Amino acid sequence: MTDVLVADHAIEYTYTRSTGPIIGAFLAGLRDKRFVGVRASDGRVLVPPAEYDPVTSDDLTELVDVADTGVVTTWTWNDDPVAGQPFDRPFAWALVKLDGADTGLLAAVDVPRDEMRTGLRVHARWADERVGAITDLACFTAGEGEGVTQGTVGEPVAIVETPIRLDFSYTPGVAASRFLRSVEKGEIVGQRCPKCQKVYVPPRGACSMCGVATDEELTLSGKGTVTTFCITNVPSPGLDPPYVTAWIRLDGADITSMFLIQECDPKDVRLGMRVEPVWAEDKQPNIGSIKYYRPSGEPDAPYDDYKEYI
Amino acid sequence: MSNRVAVVGVGQTKYAAKRQDVSMAGLLREAAKRALDDAGMGWSDIDAVVIGKAPDMFEGVMMPELYLADALGAVGKPMLRVHTAGSVGGSTGVMASHLVSSGAHKRVLVVCFEKQSESNATWALSIRLPFTGGSVTGAGGYFAPVIRAYMRRANAPDHIGIKVAVKDRLNALRNQYAHLKLPDISEETVRESPMLWDPIRYLETCPSSDGACAVVLADEDTAQGTPNRPAWILGTALRSEPTMGAGRDTVNPHAGRDCAKDVYAQAGITDPRQDLDCAEIYVPFSWYEPMWMENLGFAEEGAGWKMVDDGSTSFDGDMPINPSGGVLSSNPIGASGMCRFAEAALQVRGMAGEHQVDGVRRALGHAYGGGAQFFAMWVVGSEKP
Repeated sequence: MTDVLVADHAIEYTYTRSTGPIIGAFLAGLRDKRFVGVRASDGRVLVPPAEYDPVTSDDLTELVDVADTGVVTTWTWNDDPVAGQPFDRPFAWALVKLDGADTGLLAAVDVPRDEMRTGLRVHARWADERVGAITDLACFTAGEGEGVTQGTVGEPVAIVETPIRLDFSYTPGVAASRFLRSVEKGEIVGQRCPKCQKVYVPPRGACSMCGVATDEELTLSGKGTVTTFCITNVPSPGLDPPYVTAWIRLDGADITSMFLIQECDPKDVRLGMRVEPVWAEDKQPNIGSIKYYRPSGEPDAPYDDYKEYI
Repeated sequence: MSNRVAVVGVGQTKYAAKRQDVSMAGLLREAAKRALDDAGMGWSDIDAVVIGKAPDMFEGVMMPELYLADALGAVGKPMLRVHTAGSVGGSTGVMASHLVSSGAHKRVLVVCFEKQSESNATWALSIRLPFTGGSVTGAGGYFAPVIRAYMRRANAPDHIGIKVAVKDRLNALRNQYAHLKLPDISEETVRESPMLWDPIRYLETCPSSDGACAVVLADEDTAQGTPNRPAWILGTALRSEPTMGAGRDTVNPHAGRDCAKDVYAQAGITDPRQDLDCAEIYVPFSWYEPMWMENLGFAEEGAGWKMVDDGSTSFDGDMPINPSGGVLSSNPIGASGMCRFAEAALQVRGMAGEHQVDGVRRALGHAYGGGAQFFAMWVVGSEKP
């Protein structure tokens, strides 16, 4: 039984979201420490506002000021807050129906656990620095606030930045783990499909074309032939352009693998070029332990030898 | 397909690098409303809504269809979301057509979109997983080696990609909705533009666009009563294959050939170059035009580039390809396939405006996605089958 590799993996990005006129007005209101809703076709006031009527789908345009004070209509207690939440200590998530509104706004409520209840009167606590984002509303807290702020809202917020981070525990699976363990030892193993007899490198545990499991393993020399390639001139994390990425048919394999080509002027890389791997000194279970491929000095392979492997 | 289906409405937004004046919902709604107007319908006339878009990572909204229900009049109605990477605009049209051909619904609104300005597609397509070296950057990094392999296989001269890049941008000047408007483009400016993913130059790539495209599909009875001429769907097909498979032909994918064969058989097409009057095909990198000419059976294997070279695929050629300007001129990824399908419909309806090709009776809409592994096609005609 192979020990299956596992690693932490995070994807992080700050999206720039355009809000449109209605959500933009709501966010501008938060910046000014006030709540703006919209009147729906059935007369209800929706907070947060919807751009389009939930019943008729018509455009909604009538903005309505509502109070900064309201009532908890339902709630849940969050014992274990995670990064990015309003508090790093236990707090309540609640739907708060503001005075003058007919729908609930989801927000944190900062009250002790034993005081939290449906029907609790709460008011907004605002962030000290407000930028026109939902986080301008720090939370709600018990008691009455200022009521309704009248007057014109400032310029609608056009764009909000939305940082998003997803944390994964990533495993490449059994077949790839076995392959990566072989890479750690300076070897390249493939797997042969019992049906079409074709050899996969890296092995995937199954033949994608026949849909059957691949069990038979074989060790390859690591040398190969460039079947096609790309010279990348655009910046990429950890790689200085120009750099060459080649599709290499390793000797004995029936599918190409992608590797960098170095120790060679990009202009000299060509189809049919024979190449060999250059290994890292400190090998890890990581394809990056094959640092790159370089010309092996052997004569080029004839086109007919590799034309089927593209 | 059992029941006849027609495209009775088409709506598009202006495609642009950034549509920051609207929310995502507002963007879709613009296209949807135009399609409903064309069909002479309102929200309440629609029985079901089908949404398509490319990976959620592009906007960072998981399952955006949930939040789009209000904006698209889908409350209380069936709503589906389709996802097949870049081909999604095509496969969404196909899936929606089945809702009508099966008799399940009479009037279906189909909306596809991408709002690329909310993130960066090259970033989203270049996520490095643990344990991998990782050296491919963006779609260009993936497709450039395939293009180089095609050039070798077909012995195609370097200027072919350049000619397609010029042709599609000149076509785009006729299209009011096109994103890129490059009136001064020439083979020289394309050749001199930066080589990004050699052999792909900057001007041989598609732009990054915000936009939405919508169609209204209807059953036969409804289609006969709509204000504008319908485009009758003569055939639809989908095919897929693995990204990585031993023996897979990445240059001329089997799935694409099978998909074309299937859709032609349904539409009664025996010689596509003869029987079709124009085609809107998915060409995000200019070299994919000659490659798809072969994959779609317009040219013999190895001869697709000759159709570009002799002008056959130009606006005035015998087989105009992408009279709208194509993906090379507007690329709201999730909608790009729907744009192809919708433009094919506009051509047979005689409603393509300044980019109308004369006398189009039958047209092909085509989309591909992933590592050229998902294919979606439809053939539309001016006459009821």
